[in-house]
Amino acid sequence: MIPILGIPPQALFGQLLIGLINGSFYALLSLGLAVIFGLLNIINFTHGAQYMMGAFVAWFLLQYAGLGYWWALLIAPIVVGALGILLERVMLKRLYGLDHLYGLLLTFGLALIIQGLFRNQFGSSGQPYTLPAQLAGGQNLGFMFLPNYRAWVIGFSLTICLATWFVIERTRLGAYLRAATENPTLVQAFGINVPRMITLTYGFGVSLAALAGVMAAPIYQVNPLMGADLIIVVFAVVVIGGMGSILGSIVTGFGLGIIEGLTKVFYPEASNTVIFVIMVLVLLVKPAGLFGRAQ
Amino acid sequence: MEEGASPRLGHQWVAFAVMVTLLVAAPFVVYPVFLMKALCFALFACAFNLLIGYVGLLSFGHATFLGSAGYITAHAAKVWGWGPATAILAGAAAAGVLGLAVGVLAIRRQGIYFAMTTLALAQMIYFFCLQAPFTHGEDGIQAVPRGRLFGLLDLNHTLTLYFVVLAVFLAGFLIIYRAIHSPFGQVLKAIRENEPRAISLGYKADQYKLIAFVVSTLLAGVAGGTKALVFQLASLTDVHWTMSGEVVLMTLLGGLGTVFGPVVGAFLVITLENYLAQLGAWVTVVQGAIFVVCVLTFRRGVVGELARLIRKPL
Repeated sequence: MIPILGIPPQALFGQLLIGLINGSFYALLSLGLAVIFGLLNIINFTHGAQYMMGAFVAWFLLQYAGLGYWWALLIAPIVVGALGILLERVMLKRLYGLDHLYGLLLTFGLALIIQGLFRNQFGSSGQPYTLPAQLAGGQNLGFMFLPNYRAWVIGFSLTICLATWFVIERTRLGAYLRAATENPTLVQAFGINVPRMITLTYGFGVSLAALAGVMAAPIYQVNPLMGADLIIVVFAVVVIGGMGSILGSIVTGFGLGIIEGLTKVFYPEASNTVIFVIMVLVLLVKPAGLFGRAQ
Repeated sequence: MEEGASPRLGHQWVAFAVMVTLLVAAPFVVYPVFLMKALCFALFACAFNLLIGYVGLLSFGHATFLGSAGYITAHAAKVWGWGPATAILAGAAAAGVLGLAVGVLAIRRQGIYFAMTTLALAQMIYFFCLQAPFTHGEDGIQAVPRGRLFGLLDLNHTLTLYFVVLAVFLAGFLIIYRAIHSPFGQVLKAIRENEPRAISLGYKADQYKLIAFVVSTLLAGVAGGTKALVFQLASLTDVHWTMSGEVVLMTLLGGLGTVFGPVVGAFLVITLENYLAQLGAWVTVVQGAIFVVCVLTFRRGVVGELARLIRKPL
């Protein structure tokens, strides 16, 4: 086959695929962060730990209950989301009147606790998680080999992202949510239970992270620290995109994943840092972020 | 508000005298290397507190400045054969330049975004340190020579080194104290309390923030350079985000926006880590738990609560 810009197409498309996979996770995680920030005004530093917990719940289910991937896809977000709701009720709700920084510090502390506990129990090495049998194998597309599971991850996370966008931007529930983001007091005066909405929103954002964790389990190993560095990259994604727009989070997430994948092909040394470099450029050109509104 | 008239700050000088007395006597009772570690972190935490306590900026990537100054100091002392004073100054200068670059970028965003931006930039610099040849990756720069200060004081002598570190710490502490209680510091507090109002009064808030940021990173650099000489090592630990979290913890536990809080916090956290060192990942769990408890019930910190008790700022 003909090399493109001196790169064999298999390598190019292979990295592009990995980029899209990473992009799916960036999109799901930054979407969750944006939804939570919109209503709670808290940057959820625990998000990376909750992503890791999602993967671990999937692993537990397979290991101890014999429940496979499809069950995990349903149960893990519910379990982690429920824990998130508990967290919001017990701790986060005490911080709403305070400076936003306290929310960041509290959730940072929680992330340390969760990651520390899992590391004590499981060490720093990863636990393998087998692919579901239905999604094993792959398709030969002529120009590249497409593993079925990876195609599924991209398709499914895109579906979830668009469904979230649809619910928030196009339904009555979403309208309440957006109204409460703008002015919670007024929305409450109209008889809508805003505290309950806040709790459920946090639970939903967290379950998105857990869902991403389940999807990541067969690709990466299930590791107590799998979310620790990822969350920092997701923060950069959020700074680049701005948290004002749902669609913006999705586009930025996938876009940056692709750029990262391409960097791995053309200049591998910079693949770790390319997202941060883009963040610097965006801050210089458009300080409010690509989709952000100036405050 | 309460710090307008200087005669009322007499008790702070009493507290300062107590601190100096304790620190001068300490090495004869406690293991000096442990104390030097705590002093380096105390200066680091004071520098960090200048931002969060007095300007309201949460820099979540402050390890960058500690760690990169450590690398530059270690490199200057070991490879270029510079003396300890110039090596530390070189490290601090490098941290200051880096601080200027990070500050210019991060100050473009407010509040929570500022924290995320500094964290992300710090992670970028971490990856740079991981890959750059002169940092020696996972090994770090080892066996850094301490040398002789001004050609006179042999820093390989532990007590001599201790008093040099103490002098460096006190100098940094007094610089921050001076800055906080100067008109410059008052403007910083005005920006923290109400930025639009400060701007409407004609203060260029972003410039003030940037100056405070650079001062803070310079002093964090001094702490990092000194630490590299004390341990004769510059490693990736000091640029990692966990270190950034640790300095937040020290300051929070001691008391945000108090003069002595970061010092107390640094000593408490370092002591704790010393005792928990053999417990592995439990250290992280305990640190996280302290974060949670502090944020939920103890937001003033140790010194903040003390100050409330005696009804005077500390």
